Amino acid sequence: MSLEVSPDAESMATFESTLEERDLAASVTVASAAEFPDALSELLVSPVVAADLPFEGVSYDNVDSEITLSPSPAELDAARTGITAAGLGVADYGTVTIRSTPGGEEFVSLYPERHVVVVAASDIVPDMPTAFGRLAEEFAAGYTSQILATGPSATGDMGGIVKGVHGPQEAHVMILEDR
Amino acid sequence: MASEQSPQSSNPAIEETDPEGEPGAAADAGPADGARSRREKAAALRHLMATEGKTVGENTRGFNESTEEAISHISNYEDLRERARVIKEEAIAELPDLIDRVTEAVEANGGSVYVAEDAADANEHIASLMDEHSAQKMVKSKSMTTEELELNAALEAEDFDVVETDLGEWVIQIAEEAPSHLIGPAIHKPPEEIATLFNEHFDPAEPFNGDPDELTQFARDKVGEHIEEADVGLTGANFVTAESGSIALVTNEGNARKTAVTPPTHVAVTGVEKLLPSVRELAPFVELIGRTGTGQDITSYVSLLTPPTDSPVLDFEDPEKPMAEGDRDFHLVLVDNGRLAMREDAQLKETLYCIRCGACNNSCANFQSVGGHGFGGETYTGGIGTGWEAGIEGLDSAGDFNDLCTGCSRCVNKCPVKIDIPWINTVVRDRVNRGGEGSDYSFLVEGLTPDSEPEGIDVQKRLFGNIESLAKLGSATAPLSNWLTGTRPVRILLDRALGVDARRELPQWRRETFREWASGRDSIPGAEREVLVYPDLYTNYVLPERGKAAVRVLEALGVGVTVPEVGESGRAPLSQGMIATADRKASAVYADLAEHVDTGRDVVVIEPSDLAMFRNDYEKLLSEESFERLRDSSYEVMEYVYGLLENGADREALPKANGTRELAYHSHCQQRTLGLEPYTTAVLSDLGYDVTTSEVECCGMAGSFGYKSEYYEVSMDVGQQLKDQFEAERANGRRIVASGTSCGDQLEALFGDAPPHPIELLDPR
Repeated sequence: MSLEVSPDAESMATFESTLEERDLAASVTVASAAEFPDALSELLVSPVVAADLPFEGVSYDNVDSEITLSPSPAELDAARTGITAAGLGVADYGTVTIRSTPGGEEFVSLYPERHVVVVAASDIVPDMPTAFGRLAEEFAAGYTSQILATGPSATGDMGGIVKGVHGPQEAHVMILEDR
Repeated sequence: MASEQSPQSSNPAIEETDPEGEPGAAADAGPADGARSRREKAAALRHLMATEGKTVGENTRGFNESTEEAISHISNYEDLRERARVIKEEAIAELPDLIDRVTEAVEANGGSVYVAEDAADANEHIASLMDEHSAQKMVKSKSMTTEELELNAALEAEDFDVVETDLGEWVIQIAEEAPSHLIGPAIHKPPEEIATLFNEHFDPAEPFNGDPDELTQFARDKVGEHIEEADVGLTGANFVTAESGSIALVTNEGNARKTAVTPPTHVAVTGVEKLLPSVRELAPFVELIGRTGTGQDITSYVSLLTPPTDSPVLDFEDPEKPMAEGDRDFHLVLVDNGRLAMREDAQLKETLYCIRCGACNNSCANFQSVGGHGFGGETYTGGIGTGWEAGIEGLDSAGDFNDLCTGCSRCVNKCPVKIDIPWINTVVRDRVNRGGEGSDYSFLVEGLTPDSEPEGIDVQKRLFGNIESLAKLGSATAPLSNWLTGTRPVRILLDRALGVDARRELPQWRRETFREWASGRDSIPGAEREVLVYPDLYTNYVLPERGKAAVRVLEALGVGVTVPEVGESGRAPLSQGMIATADRKASAVYADLAEHVDTGRDVVVIEPSDLAMFRNDYEKLLSEESFERLRDSSYEVMEYVYGLLENGADREALPKANGTRELAYHSHCQQRTLGLEPYTTAVLSDLGYDVTTSEVECCGMAGSFGYKSEYYEVSMDVGQQLKDQFEAERANGRRIVASGTSCGDQLEALFGDAPPHPIELLDPR
């Protein structure tokens, strides 16, 4: 019997280690759809705003926090956590892609100090050329605005690297398995 | 025959236009004016080094080291650069078509496109967009193109409010200064100075002391309020993809993201050269731009936006209203402002491939010392800044700082799109030379200047460009020539009339040249391998010992050596922007070497800057076939020794390390760019030496640069980095060795004694 590692598994392992080694994520969690509500609950600091998740069998039901979808400006400003899905994870960069949809991912992933991003294990690709191949397909399918986000927002303009500028200070990555 | 080119007329690099018609920088009217302008330039640079140099140096060196590190994370860096280069070449070639295609795509998406001819046209259009949207306040993310347009001033003159959102750019806006770097606008400001600025400007209850966290938090909150109040968000674009009508924004802070989507109206302003065919072509750039820019594998955010985007609309004036689908507007402003003319300019065209990452700023030793307020023009800074300024603002702006590029070539391997930045600087220098007025004092160097340059060229450049004539005369009349130039009145005259700094030791010409020595002796008989040792100018007239050592080492390894009668490589005139003269010299050198090369002799070169001519610069000066033939036959002397030893030559024939075994080796900038430093260290290690190497980009001397009155202090400031590094090595008993003549001169100025060339340590004599 061979112990072949599937490309997906290899990419997922690389993705996790890149996030950890390069200090890009404040935490990395791996959860199945069944484990999702509990695992997500652990990562939330209220108030929480979110955009809907596109993963089948996964929702914010049973999550142990009040979650506001389509927030108002006031709610967005007050939020301490924003939850969005990622379209892709790029293993060797620790990058996630965030689609700009009417669900408001662009704001939810940007304004609160903590961004929790949920990426499906099957959407993790090994490298940037593969990611751009997928992005070209997504563009053709109508997802024509996407952010490649890698780590928290940061600046060196004030004389030292400071995390958390106009975007989040912490990125928490949740990898969704077994769908 | 050696070269098909008629060097005077056929080189496409040389401007054939009437010099009178060129808007060139004025050459010096005479020695007094020349000396005054040199003094003024020296004073301006001295002031910058004293006020901004330290912070610029720390920040750029930090970026530069991070870039090295980030490049080392990937194995396909060269492949990515090659792909990026090809994509840019093709995109610029089909630029008019891309403009049409992006216009179609953006309009189909529901946006507008405007191609602005020049700055006034662009600014007027943007102001009209403000009116169209009844807008009062604009927030902006960082955009060098809008700096070029001077958009802020234009909008403020129309009573619009404009607020920068990139924190560095915001600091610069408050301080009413110009950016000092392509990607780090406030790179010259230490946090303490930013604190003082904020304290004066905002009068906070608790004054800032320079803590970066506090400053960032304060700035973020202030800027965040502006973003929420703004009617229009203006961004630049790092790339624009024609097929989908998308823009790519490469950022870290997140301000560009907020600026693009928070106000309902988004205006993107960018140069036409940013167009690429489709999103697929972005991949190599996304992998490169962070590495060569800030030294990150990738920046925090790369936004691919196809506006107007599907993001809902937020109304901060009605803060309780949930975000909802609503109208978004998008206007793309593509700026020509000289770019389409650059596209038609065979030499400046390459500038349009630039992705403005700033690598050529960070990797430049002179930039590290003076920053972009010295090494920059109206808008653009650093090595590539010359090309941009020449194309957009004109030769006056480019000529003001062009001479700060010494051609050291350290930026070349860092450029993600493989632009030959030193060549662009050389071309611009040539054009400046040709645009100058006549000088009454050229008689001072008449007879010493058998060059092909126009009357108006600065006498200082003409002197250094024609160093071969001077060397011949100096050598023929040595030691008298050395005594004469060693006297104080002559040094004062040289300084005042020709800008040769009196604080520099001048070369001591040798009566017996290296070639004369070689022609009086027989090489080893019956050798299987025959080579030429190229008698470069410095080896021949000033440092014959290293030439003699090279001959004896090669002979000891069983190689027969000829030292041919051949002229200067053209490096000296090329470095002064005297392309026609360099071209002529290159053809003459090739003519003298070709027959030897054809009979299978390799050409061994001691002076790295001359080897760089044969290996690289001659591509521009000779026919392709001639260039390739000489390139493929030329070797740096220690590279050649390495090859001989690897191929079975008897290493016992060379002396093992004895005496001072510990060495501190300073390679030459161009030698390192060619990847040739490791051969020297490998050979020395093989022979039992313990070698440490310098980590600076350049020694600061860079040929004639450090001799020039206006740049002497910059040269010494750059040299200080090398001194700081080698002082401890020297104190620990290491002996300094160096490959380049001018590096050796600089090290002698820094430490008091002249370091040997590595080949001299191998001399079996």
